[in-house]
Amino acid sequence: MPSKPLTLKFLDLASILAMVISTYLALVFAPQEVVMGNAQRIFYFHIGTAWVAMLGFILAALGGIIYLITKDLKWDRFELAAVEVSALFFLITICLGAIWARPVWNTWWTWDVRLTTAAVTELVFIAYLMLRQGLEDPEKRARFGAVYTLLGGLSVPVTFMVIRLFRTIHPVVVGSPSAEAQGGFNMDDRMVATFLFALVAFTIVFIDLFWHRVRLGALEEKVEQQKLKASL
Amino acid sequence: MLLQATPDTTGYMIAGYALTFIAMGIYIFSLSIRAANLKRDLETLEMLEAEERAKQK
Repeated sequence: MPSKPLTLKFLDLASILAMVISTYLALVFAPQEVVMGNAQRIFYFHIGTAWVAMLGFILAALGGIIYLITKDLKWDRFELAAVEVSALFFLITICLGAIWARPVWNTWWTWDVRLTTAAVTELVFIAYLMLRQGLEDPEKRARFGAVYTLLGGLSVPVTFMVIRLFRTIHPVVVGSPSAEAQGGFNMDDRMVATFLFALVAFTIVFIDLFWHRVRLGALEEKVEQQKLKASL
Repeated sequence: MLLQATPDTTGYMIAGYALTFIAMGIYIFSLSIRAANLKRDLETLEMLEAEERAKQK
């Protein structure tokens, strides 16, 4: 693997700094919500991780499309990196939601339409990571991955829109006039600033981890080629 | 008194933030372990290739 580029080193530092500031804003700067108490502070990371996860799943689908057009394996690495990092962030989103739900809804989990579609999306992409392992031929694996992420990517807009289209107990905090009525809350200026900063912070962290994962993919390919050469 | 006191849900908040940092930490650790293993594999394969070439000469 070539030595780490300066931009990536800078991004590593920026990620750490962004997470420290975001945590400070969420835990100290943002005011306490009166109905839910401190558990509401989970919201900032819940939305931040959900945003980057969904972004990553869409990027993976785009990577799949570009692979199908160009047949260049670097887009397969791009797609795999996006799915792996996004699956991590989406798992955190779901767990944070469950932790928030316990004191607010009095249950860790319910088969509500939003929770169900989110769980399906996560399982679809975990299955992608597992199924890839079973395919030896890189071309076949890339083709399978491209089609799979393209179809799997459809679950992202469905998960996003479902709370706006169906009756659900999951609050629509952003852009809903009845947020409080659905177990959500109205945000004051400091809450909005914290929320927006968390979105930026998680975007920086996502780009950083994604870049590291792409580099790891390139190294994996190099080892695979070397093994192939050794076996001939 | 109609107003209710704000519930103490600090434990849930701590659990949420701890989970986020632990999960991200584990992933970063897994990336570095995988990279180290691959680098070692590559070094070994390159060494074997060099030995093979030397034998052929």
